[in-house]
Amino acid sequence: MGESIKTDVVIVGAGPAALFAVFELGLLDIKAHLVDVLPRAGGQCAELYPEKPIYDIPGHPMITGDGIVEKLLAQIEPFHPTFHFEQMVTELEVLSTPEAPAFRVKTDAERTFECRSVIVAAGGGSFQPKKPPIEGIEAYEQKSVFYAVRKMEDFRDKNVVVVGGGDSALDWTLNLQPIAKRLTLVHRRDEFRAAPHSVKAMRDLVSAGKMELRIGQILALSGADGRLAAAQIKSAKGEVSELAVERLVPFFGLTMKLGPVAEWGLNLHENLIPVDTARFETNVPGIFAIGDINHYPGKLKLILCGFHEGALAAQKVYHYVYPEKKLVFQYTTSSTSLQKKLGVA
Amino acid sequence: MIKITFIDSFGEKRTVEAEEGSTVMETAIRNSIPEITAECGGACACATCHVYVDEAFLPLTGGPSPQEEDMLDFAYGTQANSRLSCQIKVTPELDGLVIRTPQRQG
Ligand SMILES: Cc1cc2nc3c(=O)[nH]c(=O)nc-3n(C[C@H](O)[C@H](O)[C@H](O)COP(=O)(O)OP(=O)(O)OC[C@H]3O[C@@H](n4cnc5c(N)ncnc54)[C@H](O)[C@@H]3O)c2cc1C
Ligand code: FES
Repeated sequence: MGESIKTDVVIVGAGPAALFAVFELGLLDIKAHLVDVLPRAGGQCAELYPEKPIYDIPGHPMITGDGIVEKLLAQIEPFHPTFHFEQMVTELEVLSTPEAPAFRVKTDAERTFECRSVIVAAGGGSFQPKKPPIEGIEAYEQKSVFYAVRKMEDFRDKNVVVVGGGDSALDWTLNLQPIAKRLTLVHRRDEFRAAPHSVKAMRDLVSAGKMELRIGQILALSGADGRLAAAQIKSAKGEVSELAVERLVPFFGLTMKLGPVAEWGLNLHENLIPVDTARFETNVPGIFAIGDINHYPGKLKLILCGFHEGALAAQKVYHYVYPEKKLVFQYTTSSTSLQKKLGVA
Repeated sequence: MIKITFIDSFGEKRTVEAEEGSTVMETAIRNSIPEITAECGGACACATCHVYVDEAFLPLTGGPSPQEEDMLDFAYGTQANSRLSCQIKVTPELDGLVIRTPQRQG
């Protein structure tokens, strides 16, 4: 494990609420590190509806999911937040007293942080792979069925079956084909969402007899002791055939699951974190919750509410980070000190 | 009055009224039809509103758009008559529409 990173605040999640919180914290000289399981910033806006229009962001009659993320990133640029992507915050440990809180935060990529406050901006939970509802698939998970490829060596000289038609499915088809004993790509139709160049590379391998493409869907799995032996595949015409398989890698997109947030000793109300509406602090002093993940009377799951919550939470975070200082309220329009931080004065 | 009949995976039928201009998914949610989740609220971004359109109505509903086809890749047990119900607009011609719901939305 590497050395622990010391910072003022760790933000769990990098959705819109988290991004704007960086701005509000930055104005108060508070440094933040953000962790997200996704490979990029933006949460639901980036993952679920990047190209769809949003009509209720104040001051933007219309902006797309990707558009608002891009603008937020530009807005927080002066504060140089550090992003840690493709990793999940798994542990949150309280190191100190309620008066002077301090926390240790760990991710599943072995990264450790020590900080004064934690802002949970986990939205609808962390994005996790969807599991195909094939009877008994759980028994094979992590032995024969993998929703992500972590160790390529586990696939060497095996009968590998990849399922799906998007970029993840095609990328892993191309990466695993050279080391697999035999690789089969199973997709429900002979059309692919993935980037055209990877689709072409796949089709070339199929023509060269180096891999197989099966159009159909997996009906059932068989094997013993968690080790997969075969999969039943139903073709588009309804014919069922069997395929030998030792490693199955299904790609059915992502869904949001609360995940480790439930294990941090925070009060929960139907998978949401109750907070006070003055500071958006949880039952644990020093841990805040903003955006879709929190709950209070009148809560609306709107981006603009997450922005407001971040601004108020930042005020209280300031007291934990700078206990000896007094916070003076200032406008960005007229305060030279704020403008210096923004790099415009 | 436009009526839609939903038949769940156990064969139970529920006939409800649908409003012109709304979607089949909205009609289902409003009437607490089981086996339709609609996690993304109709943005064609989750594939948890997957349904089977009765063959007789296929010419009227038409097939999925390319974007919907892409999303259907994330549904399970798709068939030639698979659609995402949030992408089917209710029109007067669809009166009597019969929709089957899958056992699981994933
Ligand atoms: C289709 C659709 C349309 C919408 N339209 C609108 C609209 O028009 N207007 C509007 O205001 N809102 C809209 N919303 C809602 C809006 O997207 C959400 O309110 C907003 O994204 C919430 O932001 P957030 O930062 O709280 O969380 P999210 O955007 O959910 O981001 C949370 C992030 O935290 C990460 N995360 C969670 N747990 C962990 C962990 N343990 N470790 C690491 N990372 C973690 C997740 O991976 C995720 O990326 C829409 C939502 C959808 C799905
Ligand atoms: S409700 Fe999500 S795709 Fe239809």
